[in-house]
Amino acid sequence: MTAFVDLDRVTLRYGAGDTLALSETTMKIAKGEFIAVVGPSGCGKSSLLKLVSGLMRPSTGTVIVNGQEVTGPLKIVGMAFQNPTLLPWRTTLDNVMLPMEIVEPHRHRLRKARAEYEERARAMLASVGLAGFEDKFPWQLSGGMQQRTSLCRALIHEPDLLMLDEPFGALDAFTREELWAILQNLWTKRPFTVILVTHDLREAAYLADTIYVMSKRPGRIVHVRPNDLPRPRNLETTFTRDFTDLVHELRDHISAVRAAEETLP
Amino acid sequence: MTPQAKAFLDKAMPLVSAIGLFLVWELVCRLFAIPDYLLPTPSASFAAAWTYRDAIWMHALQTLLTTLAGFALAVAFGVLLGVAVGSSRAVYRAANPLLIGFNSVPKVAVVPVLVMWFGIGTVPAILTAFLISFFPIVVNVATGLATLEPELRDVLRSLGATRMDILLKVGFPRALPFFFASLKVAVTLAFVGSVMSETVASNLGVGYLMMSASSRFNMPLVFAGLLVIAAMGVAMYAVFSLIEHRSTRWAHRGGDTL
Repeated sequence: MTAFVDLDRVTLRYGAGDTLALSETTMKIAKGEFIAVVGPSGCGKSSLLKLVSGLMRPSTGTVIVNGQEVTGPLKIVGMAFQNPTLLPWRTTLDNVMLPMEIVEPHRHRLRKARAEYEERARAMLASVGLAGFEDKFPWQLSGGMQQRTSLCRALIHEPDLLMLDEPFGALDAFTREELWAILQNLWTKRPFTVILVTHDLREAAYLADTIYVMSKRPGRIVHVRPNDLPRPRNLETTFTRDFTDLVHELRDHISAVRAAEETLP
Repeated sequence: MTPQAKAFLDKAMPLVSAIGLFLVWELVCRLFAIPDYLLPTPSASFAAAWTYRDAIWMHALQTLLTTLAGFALAVAFGVLLGVAVGSSRAVYRAANPLLIGFNSVPKVAVVPVLVMWFGIGTVPAILTAFLISFFPIVVNVATGLATLEPELRDVLRSLGATRMDILLKVGFPRALPFFFASLKVAVTLAFVGSVMSETVASNLGVGYLMMSASSRFNMPLVFAGLLVIAAMGVAMYAVFSLIEHRSTRWAHRGGDTL
């Protein structure tokens, strides 16, 4: 099996002080796989996303996505961040439509197919529970609703690769759990490859097929843990023995990583 | 106080403060018997404005058109330069010290140069208005463009957006409130520029009117000129404030304008 995303001994340095952000990172992600990267903050998780999406180039090593080495920004990627980064002058619907105005071939078809695309955007908003909010502006939505809109914007152009950088980090626990289910639902309907960066271990255990634990400074993958909890997972899953055991196991790895750092000179 | 009365007071506040200022001014002049040639009363100033209404109208129109011409130049040039400075780090690095240096030069010192080049009259006044008012526009447009969130830029770049796409879809709409805020400031500055130039080197405009009135010790007319300039400044500010509010409603979230 060839990997869809293939990182081969990738190292990233930046700044004049030669700060090592990532060191000798190797990952193989299959097409349609949902992976999570967990680790203490400042461990280069976000740099990893930028490397895979081509927004940054590795110092050494290669990044291959879909059989081709990444040399510039990829165009098959959807992204969502902790900050929903919606455009305040656009309605919810127009915010979700933004990728259609930029990504080919939609961009050229937009004039003719606007009605069809808007229908798709409405359906998508409805599937995340935002029917009836299409004409509201971002500041009229709650934080959770804004984040759902941001997810729709990341997925409307049906990207093959979805990058999530702590997307639910700023939400309250209930909203966060609700959005886990929504995201899992979207992913089940049309499987795309997901790289989720988070420091919420329960989030990783709920969503991912494979969990990578990273150490910090320099970021390095210290543990890979396949997660074969049955799908679809729901809130009940999070109370099962297997789930809590998994979270504990991840927690131990993180503690080990942090302890190792503290003993460093 | 009932909510209606509160709302009425809120609306009437600008008028109340203006009338209050004139009342205090009038009282101070009368109580201390200040002679007209030092500080005329507002009533004398208004009377002078009425007496010389034809002359004032002609000069005020000249000043208004001069100011607007200079201001229009400032908007066109300011937006172009602001876009260049705000979207390219190299241009920013190159232009910034020059701009700050230029803005620090008192424009009244530039008027004699302009007079040498273009003679006295309308042209130096337009150019002074332009020179004094373009800087805030450049700074604000550039700031609006340069403060784009890096995450948003990443989202767009990972969709394959070109620099032009990012500028059109996000940069310009985002910079719009900054731009309009600068217009309000710039238009009042433009009045400063044109009147200053008229005072030094012109035979038309409110600035010239005031100079010639003061040389004849007609202080009420000088103050009438000042009041006319202030009124035009307030009116222009209000116009651009209204345009700003209409076109960037999202940035104010339905709240009141300043």
